[in-house]
Amino acid sequence: MEAVHGHDHSHDHHHPTGLTRWLMTTNHKDIGTLYLWFSFAMFITGGLLALGIRAELFKPGMQLWQPEFFNQLTTMHGLIMVFGAIMPAFVGFANWQIPLMIGASDMAFARMNNFSFWLLPPAAALLVTSFFVPGGATGAGWTLYAPLSVQQGMGMDLAIFAVHIMGASSIMGSINIITTILNMRAPGMTLMKMPLFVWTWLITAYLLIAVMPVLAGAVTMLLTDRHFDTHFFNAAGGGDPVLYQHVFWFFGHPEVYIMILPAFGIVSQVIPAFARKPLFGYASMVYATASIAILSFIVWAHHMFVVGMPAAGQLFFMYATMLIAVPTGVKVFNWVATMWKGSMTFETPMLFSVGFLFVFSMGGFTGLVCAITPIDIQIQDTYYVVAHFHYVLVAGSLFALFSGTYFWLPKWTGHMYDEKLGKLHFWCSMIFFNLTFFVMHFLGLAGMPRRVPDYATQFADFNMIASIGAFGFGLSQLIFLWCVIKCIKGGEKAPAKPWEGADSLEWTLPSPAPYHSFETPPIVK
Amino acid sequence: MQAAHGYYIPQPSKWPIVGSIALAFMGFGSAMFMNDVGAGPWLLCIGLAILAYMMFGWFGTVARESETGTYSPQVDISFRWSMSWFIFSEVMFFAAFFGALFYMRALSVPDLADADTGALLWPDFKSGWPVSGPGIEEKFSPMGAWGIPAINTLLLLTSGITVTWAHWALKKNDRTQLNLGLALTILLGISFICLQVYEYVHAAHELNLTLSQGAYGATFYMLTGFHGFHVTMGTIMLIVILFRCLAGHFKPENHFAFEAVSWYWHFVDVVWLLLFVLVYWL
Repeated sequence: MEAVHGHDHSHDHHHPTGLTRWLMTTNHKDIGTLYLWFSFAMFITGGLLALGIRAELFKPGMQLWQPEFFNQLTTMHGLIMVFGAIMPAFVGFANWQIPLMIGASDMAFARMNNFSFWLLPPAAALLVTSFFVPGGATGAGWTLYAPLSVQQGMGMDLAIFAVHIMGASSIMGSINIITTILNMRAPGMTLMKMPLFVWTWLITAYLLIAVMPVLAGAVTMLLTDRHFDTHFFNAAGGGDPVLYQHVFWFFGHPEVYIMILPAFGIVSQVIPAFARKPLFGYASMVYATASIAILSFIVWAHHMFVVGMPAAGQLFFMYATMLIAVPTGVKVFNWVATMWKGSMTFETPMLFSVGFLFVFSMGGFTGLVCAITPIDIQIQDTYYVVAHFHYVLVAGSLFALFSGTYFWLPKWTGHMYDEKLGKLHFWCSMIFFNLTFFVMHFLGLAGMPRRVPDYATQFADFNMIASIGAFGFGLSQLIFLWCVIKCIKGGEKAPAKPWEGADSLEWTLPSPAPYHSFETPPIVK
Repeated sequence: MQAAHGYYIPQPSKWPIVGSIALAFMGFGSAMFMNDVGAGPWLLCIGLAILAYMMFGWFGTVARESETGTYSPQVDISFRWSMSWFIFSEVMFFAAFFGALFYMRALSVPDLADADTGALLWPDFKSGWPVSGPGIEEKFSPMGAWGIPAINTLLLLTSGITVTWAHWALKKNDRTQLNLGLALTILLGISFICLQVYEYVHAAHELNLTLSQGAYGATFYMLTGFHGFHVTMGTIMLIVILFRCLAGHFKPENHFAFEAVSWYWHFVDVVWLLLFVLVYWL
């Protein structure tokens, strides 16, 4: 691959500086940076809510909060982490990396790109303010199940409009990403030559466009049931609360792949770079990603095995769900095979990716357990489910995000990060993560229900361990913040390609990447 | 900024942030409005005004850029991809409400009338369609398909033809036929909206069909209401395009804004056909 980088001479325009630069920017790197800092702020916010939950659960008995406020904490923790932290963080990566990796000058729609980002702060404001309105924030759980969500106060409406605005942001962002990938690739970069991160985002963006409007429809029906006297979710009017669950999970299940496919993409960039071998089974990775996306549309009712479903439905959704283990298994196999006989080194990005592989696979296996209908009926709404989805969301999505951050920080800032701090961050995160969530499997199997602020005394020891782990995990993230700020402020100068085995287009640009990426498209051979 | 090799990257712009301020006002305003908090309607109106200002400004900028030849053929392809995916997202939005309709007709209403549930809750409830629900005392009459809805079907189908006729004219640079075709399409769109409003008034006053009439009322008004909203948007878009045509915009080989609006118009047309068959007729 050869890259010609257009120099600043003819384009050294008077760019706005200070606040207006960030408010009015049309630059994919600026917008990527905004997304990443926004998601970190939301990660801290959602994390504080989680610590509120763990503080209450440190000991049995009612400790700190009223039960209603505890429900608000769990609900808002979920909503803020899903819509405020994980999803925008991946969009931040997409903004920074996709133009660099496909040899484009910027995103296809630079102004709309800015709009997609700046819709998020109003949505976050709606969510956070809802704590302070009469009745407080919604406490219906992040899934906002009817009829509870129909009965809540004004905080629920704020959450509904926040979801609408975040949905608009996601749809615009996804249209932008798909168009960029389909129409702005450098000459010679065929689809099957794209880096896997770009592939996973192409498929993720498709999922987002397909399901975010369905979520908008679901919360719109909630809104009309709340204020305009419709009966979508009310049996007296021929409706059904289960209808909400169907519509929600038709969005909700593809949503979990929206949060993990880009993580697969990051890991697929990092592992080959540090194993110094090309990715094993590139084509099968692409097909596996596509299969996961397609299957994700026909498994939603496995979230609802206890609603009273015909046995045929239970069987169908059980087998369809288990089928997803096949393409996921292909991926895990390929990552391991990439490392096989590679000359591996374990810098922080690789540590997080290998850590991801280890803990995410555990989350995948517990997912398989949850898929089995008779078992799921036992563990529905217990801490086993909480353990399962935190293994795939924290150890899956979040660890991949950390891995990608350390991997590309030299390209973004022009400096190497502090390797010692990075490794410390990894080991603290890994240990405290498992301390927090591993014990939750036992709690769930023993029958401790989720979303309840008090519990029977036999659960006390494991809950105490989980709470200690949670506070340790929260504090560990300050190491990350420190490490990133230190890297932005200075540090060892990063070469264009700091990682020996990395080979995608962004490494042909100098570090930090120039303000305008590829003004003259590189030729990909 | 015009990049060296053609792809247009716009200068920093204030319109996105103006738009997100508008949506912040609308979000807070609507939530307060619906909970009877004093300033709600005002905030909502301010939000809508800012949104309108943003749309004038932003779309105006895009029209100017287009007319000054800023967009390369590659940018044109980007527009085509993005409009297609936008319409796909709209399809999925309607899918949620059609899903609710199918679910109620095929599952939840029959379930409420079956022997087990009926014995426990509403023993007298008979399943069927159209129906409001077992707990709703008030009676209503359903909307017939072969009155206004059939006329509306004809209007929209005809408007699909006139917009295509206008497109042919644009391609062979016949501006009179273009303007005439667009004006006819707009006229048909407005007639559709007027008849729809008349139908709603008739439904609410004479048929006692309201949003609170359970399964039928909710699905009827939400589906036809969102469709009517889309027709209104589409008509406004067509009016903008007509004004641009009168101002001499568009060339036979370069007129994607026109095509995008006609795609959108065909999309609302197809949704209407589904509505006519599944909501009004069957």
